[in-house]
Amino acid sequence: MTARIGVVTFPGSLDDGDAGRAVRIAGAESVSLWHGDADLKGVDAVVLPGGFSYGDYLRCGAIARFAPVMSVLIEAAREGMPVLGICNGFQILCESHLLPGALTRNDSLHFVCRDQRLRIESPSTAWTSQYVHGQEIVIPLKNGEGGYVADERTLDELEGDGRVVARYLEINPNGSRRNIAGICNEAGNVVGLMPHPEHAVEELTGPSTDGLGFFASVLSLLVSAGSV
Amino acid sequence: MARVVVDVTLKPEILDPQGRAVQGALGRLGLAGVTSVRQGKQFVIELEGTLDADRRASLDELAATLLSNPVIEDFTLTVEDAG
Repeated sequence: MTARIGVVTFPGSLDDGDAGRAVRIAGAESVSLWHGDADLKGVDAVVLPGGFSYGDYLRCGAIARFAPVMSVLIEAAREGMPVLGICNGFQILCESHLLPGALTRNDSLHFVCRDQRLRIESPSTAWTSQYVHGQEIVIPLKNGEGGYVADERTLDELEGDGRVVARYLEINPNGSRRNIAGICNEAGNVVGLMPHPEHAVEELTGPSTDGLGFFASVLSLLVSAGSV
Repeated sequence: MARVVVDVTLKPEILDPQGRAVQGALGRLGLAGVTSVRQGKQFVIELEGTLDADRRASLDELAATLLSNPVIEDFTLTVEDAG
């Protein structure tokens, strides 16, 4: 038996298919989870995929955060279940207060879509153990509201505790404070990332296979923890 | 019928690129001296019956959770008509 990793579909999710495919390429079983069911189907970890849940109405992720599946997911995440929020998923994790701060409209006002160079700043999370500290990777970035903001005290705390998971290199594509592309919670099981590792898992369809490490990391954690 | 208005604005320290774009447009359209534009949202909520203390408390809570994000936004809640 292998690890079972859930991928949640909200109305307006776009990247649930690719996230499930990345999970399978990494060697785990992908399990579809539905926003309207307060049921995690016994999965070992969950990916909140990118897209435009509920049309991004109100604020990105603001309505998804109150979906029935989120009530059980928030509880499981607080108890240590690995959760990765990508793009819209990152926004949902911030709206759920599982991660501090918020994502705001890109400072350029333009939607940005590019292959983005990042530096992995923390390999000690559930989703980044397969990387080394300082490793540079290139994965796609595509967002309109990806500017990470938090107050100075929170930013200092994130930096001091090693909770900045990845930082933008070369350019800051969306005005994120301190070039932050991804962060994690205190325990390191919940990670939010604005760029898309699930689009960089195969030579044929991505700019690299650099994104596979996120999924391989959680798989190796689950296998070594003996939960599968 | 009761009517409540919730105004949501970005906190002053949060960059508002939309407001800045509007500020630029105002200048291009001939309005001189605009020093700042901040864009917000207004929710006009109508309710059946009267606004009792329980519903008022629910509205206060929802304004602070669903309608606004306290990390980046402030809100004001005004009861226009308690019904």
